[in-house]
Amino acid sequence: MAIFILYKFLLASIILVLSLLVAMYSTLIERKVAGWFQDRHGPNRAGPWGLLQPLADGVKLFFKEEFMPNSADKFLYILGPSLTMFIALLTSAVIPWGPDLVINGQAFPLQMADINIGILYIFAIVSIGVYGIMIGGWASNNKYALLGAVRASSQMISYELAMSLSIITIVMMTGSLSMRDIVAQQQGFHWNIFYQPLGFLIFLICAFAETNRSPFDLPECETELVGGYHTEYSSMKLGFYLFAEYINMFISGAVMATLFLGGYHFPFIDKLGLSPNVFAFVSFMVLFSKITFFGFIYMWIRWTLPRFRYDQLMRLGWKSLIPLAILNVVITGVVILLNK
Amino acid sequence: MTNLTSRSKIVSNKKMTFWERIYLPAILGGLRITFGHLFRKKTTVQYPEVQREFSDIYRGKHVLKRDDEGRERCTACGLCAVACPAEAITMVAAERKPGEENLYREEKYAVVYEINMLRCIFCGDCEEACPKEAIFLTKEIVHSEYHRDELIYGKDVLVEPMDPAKRIDVSKRQTPEVLAFKQNKKFKHNR
Repeated sequence: MAIFILYKFLLASIILVLSLLVAMYSTLIERKVAGWFQDRHGPNRAGPWGLLQPLADGVKLFFKEEFMPNSADKFLYILGPSLTMFIALLTSAVIPWGPDLVINGQAFPLQMADINIGILYIFAIVSIGVYGIMIGGWASNNKYALLGAVRASSQMISYELAMSLSIITIVMMTGSLSMRDIVAQQQGFHWNIFYQPLGFLIFLICAFAETNRSPFDLPECETELVGGYHTEYSSMKLGFYLFAEYINMFISGAVMATLFLGGYHFPFIDKLGLSPNVFAFVSFMVLFSKITFFGFIYMWIRWTLPRFRYDQLMRLGWKSLIPLAILNVVITGVVILLNK
Repeated sequence: MTNLTSRSKIVSNKKMTFWERIYLPAILGGLRITFGHLFRKKTTVQYPEVQREFSDIYRGKHVLKRDDEGRERCTACGLCAVACPAEAITMVAAERKPGEENLYREEKYAVVYEINMLRCIFCGDCEEACPKEAIFLTKEIVHSEYHRDELIYGKDVLVEPMDPAKRIDVSKRQTPEVLAFKQNKKFKHNR
């Protein structure tokens, strides 16, 4: 039992450090990719290939003046970014990062908690995520921040519906809410994306909206709202908001890879005859490259599409994605019934 | 009626087809375009390591030339100051004293010669107006300063050094074409 607790503690620390590290370097990669898309080099002054840039950015954020508006609600103002960061880190708990490690004949799952309502947990946590933005924007007592916060909450509520509806089809096909079961079902090349292309598309679009990434970055659109919900934030509190966005990107990439791209599975990889621990490592790398792929898609889209107008955003969410998702559920239900 | 521009497009308000309305093909097209940019040649010049090539006749900081014997060519005639559209040049003339023949080429010279670099627009009219081949623009860049008065360059900055090794080469600006241009009677400044 002590070993088990120690193992879980270790795994949690590794995942925590990993998500922070990935988020840190996503900022660099984002800027690099942005540069390449615009025929530039991107940051390359701090260290070789700009590898120390995230550190420099972090140091800069820490040394910035910690400013708090006079009329802000002190408690909520601090709670906002903390909550956002906390929620962003919580989501990774149910994601299966790879097959079991085997040490001394004992299996150690590469997953923090295999709860039987895995997907539901993710949705619950993601829904709380909007509170961080809303509380922060509201507590700043600034109209831009408030507008950003209102936009964030309405956008997230609208797109959560379509998101959950697109997941229902996966649950119907798998018959389980557990992330582990969903991944196990997609072994080899039976990835859900081939059975649910429409569901995947809806989920992808909604994931963009949920992470507030362009073209759905209305909550912080700097051209009209200065900085949106984080207008009044500075120093590391601002850093938390920006950082949480990258963690969310990483985690949503992991969720998408798990639900639709077969998680850590890859065709023929289990036929290589690797020892369990090496196999677990290779599988983890497979999952990681899938997440990286999604990260690239996020950036690719960001530098391709302009931001939606607010009414377009609402129309797309309510009038296109939700009916499509419902249609998808109906079709999936009919096909499952016919195949019985 | 003739078109004002050849690039005008006729706008149509036709209804979009279903294929156009789902936008996905257009988005994919956009993604293809941006992806193509990933592998393009970068336009950035990596400044401290790589310096952009300057034109031979780049118009930068001015130099007041000396002749081959090291005497200042400028006679303070004031033509450059007259030609200057930005009124950046001022000078005070003085008579050469006996014993200064090795310093100044002709009997009159400029005691004070100042160019206000904040006013200068680097048009090169001064070097065209100069009848004595005394003032030229060089490839050197005028650096920024913290105080405005530091940007009023006097003779200490403008006159080229006496040492022949440190002379500033302006031969590129004195090609036969340039010379012919300067002596062409068709232009007002040569008449």
